[in-house]
Amino acid sequence: MLKYANPTNFLTLAAKLLPWLGAATAALFAFGLYLGFFVAPADAVQGEIFRIMYIHVPAAWLAMLGYVAMAGSALGTLVWRHPLADVAQKAAAPLGAAFTFVCLVTGSLWGKPTWGTWWVWDPRLTSVLVLFIMYLGLIALWQTIEDPGRAARAAAILTLVGIVNIPIIKFSVDWNSLHQGESVFRAGGSTIYPTMLWPLLVMAVAFTLLFVTLLIMSMRNEILRRRVRRLSLLAADLAR
Amino acid sequence: MRGALAALFWREIAIARRIGGAGALGLVFFLILVTIAPFAVGPDLALLARIGPALMWIGALLATLLGLDRLFQADQEDGSLDVLITCDVPLELVVATKCLAHWAMTGLPLVIASPLLGLMLAIDGVTLAAVALTLLVGTPALTFIGAIGAALTVSLRRGGLLMAILVLPFAVPILIFGTSAAAAAAGGSVPFATPFLVLCGLALFALAASPFAAAAALREIDA
Repeated sequence: MLKYANPTNFLTLAAKLLPWLGAATAALFAFGLYLGFFVAPADAVQGEIFRIMYIHVPAAWLAMLGYVAMAGSALGTLVWRHPLADVAQKAAAPLGAAFTFVCLVTGSLWGKPTWGTWWVWDPRLTSVLVLFIMYLGLIALWQTIEDPGRAARAAAILTLVGIVNIPIIKFSVDWNSLHQGESVFRAGGSTIYPTMLWPLLVMAVAFTLLFVTLLIMSMRNEILRRRVRRLSLLAADLAR
Repeated sequence: MRGALAALFWREIAIARRIGGAGALGLVFFLILVTIAPFAVGPDLALLARIGPALMWIGALLATLLGLDRLFQADQEDGSLDVLITCDVPLELVVATKCLAHWAMTGLPLVIASPLLGLMLAIDGVTLAAVALTLLVGTPALTFIGAIGAALTVSLRRGGLLMAILVLPFAVPILIFGTSAAAAAAGGSVPFATPFLVLCGLALFALAASPFAAAAALREIDA
């Protein structure tokens, strides 16, 4: 870990890893999508529409994993003051938000033909929406505080407060729906058959690899962006 | 230490009373929220009575956020925040005291005024008492949770809007159990005590944990 406190070492590692990661992501996506769209049988109740599950469910997992990754980096920022943790935190926020958005949109597209509506105030939907808003709040915080170090520490505290609060929010939202008689949906109907499950697992790994690849790319960009910022500040200083 | 905290408490009260009159303004804001609601949904008393407790909770939530962005900002601008951070009294207690004073000037008037405004929304007596009770428990928690947002946005020029975005997701549980308890009192399938006790628990947790997060944020950002 100490070695990569030097951003240059990280950039070298990223340059080595990225082609492999990108290739593995593309291959797994191709394989997973092929399995999901051509090999897996159509659902007995939902027909072909259920195939959106292969995008929707991995996106939902990654939406949560993104927050966990951010919280881990937040600890790295606050406890070890690791410079790379700052960068990872900042890079993970828009990625997590994007996966959450994909999850919400595909869920909505799935909901229209099967439930007959784009949106219901179902507990699961509501808590994912709150998660999405929390991501947006974090991104806004990153963008408003100018000094990168200060922004990192502020975002880290907010992320950790969030990780304490997410289970509470989930619990409250569940409680609310249970007692106000809203409809509770069950995904998919019966238990998933292996022919339907395997593509899902492949897609989950593909999504995770995509997340890691994008995270490393975005971290690299952030490091370069900070260098540009520092250089332009220096240049402005010299010009004065 | 107790003397120092008491002095801080009265200082906050004095500032709130003299400058801007935050307490009175919050109350007027609450009043206007309740007043415009019937224009939006129509003056149907049965409907207003049904959604009244929820309206009052949303009003209280927004009124609590009002002026909260200045909780630490004013101190940061005149330098007294640095004194508070470096003095012997733990910053967590300073934060808690400031929140308590802020609540006494903004939240408490709302709680006291809520039965009166509830009458305008045709809420019946028992529900009215329940709404006031849930607000009494819930508004301090909202202030304390809001303090985290106030601390995070302390150095920003226009932090108010950002603070609201950061804080409101965390206020969701309080809002859910506050309105659930009020709805239970109005006659529901669950007894009033169940959601109310959860609300108390959440409020106590917020009161205990928020000062630590807010103090950490102040130390990290102001340093």
